[in-house]
Amino acid sequence: MLIYSDNPDPTFIEPSNLQIAMATESIKYLAPDADNKAKTQVFPRPGQHTTGLVDWLTTIDHKKIGLMYGLTALFFLIIGGIEALLIRSQLWDHNMAVLTNREYNQMFTMHGTTMVFLVIMPLSAAFFNFIMPLQIGARDVAFPRMNALSLWCFVGGGIILNLSWFFTGGSPAIGWFGYAPLTDTRFAEVIGDMGPDFWIFSLQILGVASLLASFNFITTIINMRAPGMTMMRLPVFTWMTLIVSFLIILAFPAITIALVELMFDRTYGTNFYDFLEGGKPHLWQHLFWIFGHPEVYILILPAMGIVSEVIPVFSRKPLFGYGLIVFSGAIIGFMGFAVWSHHMFTTGMGVVATSAFAMLTMLIAIPTGVKIFNWIGTMWGGRIRFDTPMLFALGFITMFMIGGFTGIMHSSVPIDAQHQDSYFVVAHFHYVLIGGALFGLFCGFYFWLPKLTGRMMSEKVGKFVFTLMFLGFNLTFFPMHYLGMIGQPRRTHTYNEGHGFETWNQIATVGAFILGVGIAIGVLQFINSFFNKKLKPAGKNPWDARTLEWTLSSPVKEYNFARTPIIKARDQAWENNYGPKENHSEKEPLDDHGVHMPDRSWWPLITALGLLGLAIGMLFHRTIDPSGELVRDYTYPIIAGAVAILGMIMWALEGPGGYHLFPKEDEE
Amino acid sequence: MSDASAHALEHHEPVTSTGIPNKKVLMWAFLGSDCMFFGTLISTHLIYRKISATVGGNFLDIRDVFDIELTSFSTFILLASSLFMALAVSAIHKGNLNSTRWMLFGTIIFGAIFLACQVYEFTHFIHAPGNELTLSTYRGEPHVFGSTFYVLTGTHGTHVAIGVFWLLGWLAYSFTGKMSTAHALDVEICGLYWHFVDIVWIIIFPVVYLMEYAL
Repeated sequence: MLIYSDNPDPTFIEPSNLQIAMATESIKYLAPDADNKAKTQVFPRPGQHTTGLVDWLTTIDHKKIGLMYGLTALFFLIIGGIEALLIRSQLWDHNMAVLTNREYNQMFTMHGTTMVFLVIMPLSAAFFNFIMPLQIGARDVAFPRMNALSLWCFVGGGIILNLSWFFTGGSPAIGWFGYAPLTDTRFAEVIGDMGPDFWIFSLQILGVASLLASFNFITTIINMRAPGMTMMRLPVFTWMTLIVSFLIILAFPAITIALVELMFDRTYGTNFYDFLEGGKPHLWQHLFWIFGHPEVYILILPAMGIVSEVIPVFSRKPLFGYGLIVFSGAIIGFMGFAVWSHHMFTTGMGVVATSAFAMLTMLIAIPTGVKIFNWIGTMWGGRIRFDTPMLFALGFITMFMIGGFTGIMHSSVPIDAQHQDSYFVVAHFHYVLIGGALFGLFCGFYFWLPKLTGRMMSEKVGKFVFTLMFLGFNLTFFPMHYLGMIGQPRRTHTYNEGHGFETWNQIATVGAFILGVGIAIGVLQFINSFFNKKLKPAGKNPWDARTLEWTLSSPVKEYNFARTPIIKARDQAWENNYGPKENHSEKEPLDDHGVHMPDRSWWPLITALGLLGLAIGMLFHRTIDPSGELVRDYTYPIIAGAVAILGMIMWALEGPGGYHLFPKEDEE
Repeated sequence: MSDASAHALEHHEPVTSTGIPNKKVLMWAFLGSDCMFFGTLISTHLIYRKISATVGGNFLDIRDVFDIELTSFSTFILLASSLFMALAVSAIHKGNLNSTRWMLFGTIIFGAIFLACQVYEFTHFIHAPGNELTLSTYRGEPHVFGSTFYVLTGTHGTHVAIGVFWLLGWLAYSFTGKMSTAHALDVEICGLYWHFVDIVWIIIFPVVYLMEYAL
């Protein structure tokens, strides 16, 4: 047992002490680098052995960050789910009074915003964080501290959005789309309504989180692949991560600027969307949907990536048409920027624009169809195992297809004009976003959680959850197609007697509660698998899967790969087990310097707190003094902004730091 | 490969798949994203310029308030600052710290002159006698031109200001005695940002200012 040392630093732990201290551990640790130790800091940088709360607050490990993304998003899933159940309770019967009309508007606004920005996107980000670096043979993302900043900004954005309940006017009642002039201060139902302001600042902070994370993932995938991991050997999930990251960095600026303009309208009296003073509410719709439509693909492509990983494993066949699936994903992403106006067919854009957008919308069905046929092709002739992840993957394909078909119906302008603002549209996008995105993400949980926890989850409970979710989901949303067709308007808090809406709404409400119970049991099962020591250990590769993360132990060691793998084939883990000898991966020799690990840091958290304070400061910087004058006080925003800037400066000065780990040959 | 990675570890500069440093890929991705930020703002301005071309029933002639000589001067100054920036990057690559310092200083001064011109311009426009252009009005009539103009050029100005502070950071750092050719990449990335902000102004100047004189 040789421990490498040429470190003159007096704080260096002598190998003999170390050997005693670490005798029971198989991994040998050395003290942090001398150059990092030399710096004196305001906040002492937590060392490598940090545990407990400080560890979680300062961690820059992509696996822990991914886990925190996932758990926070599951928490918001429960909140958004309760909001949905309140909506469904209100619609149980005609003229119910569970919620007032304003509360109902607040509920669907918060439900939509929460589910899109605080549930599906961060759940995808959780998988990007946890799985993608493992799939490309990297030890972490390119900028680990920036990754932590993304996480804390996401948490901050979620906090701001939900703080809105406690202030003037309560939560926003403007829809997740925030159409002008609903956001115009003059038309506020409650004087001094702060809901839309909370919504604006929350989305801005969440935008920062998404943008930073995406820059990070793009750099990681382009630059940190293991030797031999060419672009066309990347697992499909990693490809989808890359495409979604590009979508985010190109689509989010549109909503950011639209929100800046809206903030100026509400705070400084500009006229961007103020139709009484020359602004055009129509522009908001364009800017919102230039972001909003790529956003739809931002939500669904990660799930498609997950399903593309799961189906080959449980069909015991390679993915059919890998190249086509990848390029279809890229084309969907590209075309996603050219179809936004199909959300606005009824606004009167003119014949040319509507026809062009209708045609492009129909075209985008082609790459989507290609993917579905490729998944079917993968299963064709395979030896299919119906484990829980596979059930969710199959649920994804079928449910997403139904949502896709109704989507193609909407691409036809005359049909869209009939469906506009009816429950048919609600049915359509829930089939895409629950039957599609959420089923795909649950599929990912059942597939990859054993890698995270090291324990298998009960197949019985998993299948029970799937059955409840599948039944509940279809009971809830299938009747909505019919309700929409017979004329029930969406975003309306109740309906009168005599339309014949009651029966189907009651079925939908029962279904919603079944779906809710299914999701709740699923979430409890996920959390249980972290703590329940009685569950069966997972081992390295419980599903006999194909990609690189399955060559590692479960749970994955903090350095991921003891030795960087040299990739020889696309499905490397599979090739290692079953492929010809020349396709087996090799490993780079152990390095004398060991595995370089970056140090933990407080500054991402502090920078995020500064940004959070800046947003809250801006929300409350206006007061009305006794004489009725508007007073602006920028003290708190400036202090919070200074904290954020200071955080960034200290961040830059502290440097990545780091320590070295010395795992043995195959400890991974 | 292993030699290369061992060598790289000593400098804490990871070997990358493309050979392009991570920080540079990050900056290019950010600039791509920033294009969309400015694209949205410029589109907003152009759309409103076309569909809200009158104010109080009269054709909106913004030339009454614009000061094209001043803006041309500040444009020239901003473009010239890019030369200093390029020279600063070149100097740090050669390890010439003294020259780097002076070139950074030149970039900062020129950036500051541009910002001063913009502050003067904004103040001048808001208080232009008879032609007041505020965030929500022009000549006392409600209009969108002020909204789009100030938010667009103000966002650009904010970018310049961030660049100036970033460069000031490097200038300060150069006096700590720690700066060396090892920081050439960081200065170069700062330069990428600075040139990008210049390029955006090359679009804003004709589209927002010069076009008003061509109509």
